[in-house]
Amino acid sequence: MNIIRYQTPSAVAPVLPRLSGLSALSSEMDRLFSAFPFFGGSEERFEGWQPAVDLYHDKDSVLVRAELPGMNKEDIHVSLHEDVLTLSGERRQEKSHNEKGNLRSERYFGKFERRFTLPVRVDSRRVAASYEDGVLTVTLPKAEEAKPRQIEVNVK
Amino acid sequence: MENQNSTDTMTVPAEQQQSQQHNGNGQPQQSQRRSANAFLRPRTHIVETGDGYTLQVELPGVNKHGLEITVENGELTIVGRREPFQTEAELVYRESRTADFRRAFELDPSIDTTRIAARLEQGVLTLDLPKAEAAKPRRIEVAVA
Repeated sequence: MNIIRYQTPSAVAPVLPRLSGLSALSSEMDRLFSAFPFFGGSEERFEGWQPAVDLYHDKDSVLVRAELPGMNKEDIHVSLHEDVLTLSGERRQEKSHNEKGNLRSERYFGKFERRFTLPVRVDSRRVAASYEDGVLTVTLPKAEEAKPRQIEVNVK
Repeated sequence: MENQNSTDTMTVPAEQQQSQQHNGNGQPQQSQRRSANAFLRPRTHIVETGDGYTLQVELPGVNKHGLEITVENGELTIVGRREPFQTEAELVYRESRTADFRRAFELDPSIDTTRIAARLEQGVLTLDLPKAEAAKPRRIEVAVA
């Protein structure tokens, strides 16, 4: 797993062939995100599978958790560009499970990407991520200027 | 994923397809009819190999302490329980679902249940279900007198 500096949108947003079922799902997700004011909405459409993502925050940091069962750590990418967090990667199918003899295939394989506009400025140098039991947790400490502050006002 | 406790039949998997809804993880459509003890039906990949079957079951957030695999009366049952994420932080947005996982499969009788092997790796349970020796196809040499 790497935490990489943001490159260019084309480098982090690979193009996949359109899949009709997923495309409907993706527009549903777009609708959900645009209805939710905390995120700025996903910035561009991406055709692939989409892991479920949860978001937490407290006064010091923003926590993002994504359900990504069965990945290699090396295939998960977390990048941050200003206030846009991108989670992307690829789940690879073992070769032995790709041959004929599949009785049931409910798992998604291939690329995914989720992109979120964070509600506050975060300190990009202190972003940390861990991957455990198939769940990715990204901790984004808020930038100092974004933390709530109490301002003393002298009343004369 | 479905909130249901029905049994899948490994020998006739095609029959079970009618209730599959590829609604992605965390779609909210089922929340209104979920009861307290409802389970999620985990996504499963089943492959028939030469020696038996391999199952891959997606159980994100489940560790081996929360995993319960039982074989009884020719039925394999997988239950995955997960601890809620421990944090002081406030949840502001959720797509994931909190219910535990459960799914049952009716086993092909040729499976040797004493040799089932399981491993859990990053939220994916892999089960190897080997067929009994007697059930494997065998070539019989015929001696010609």
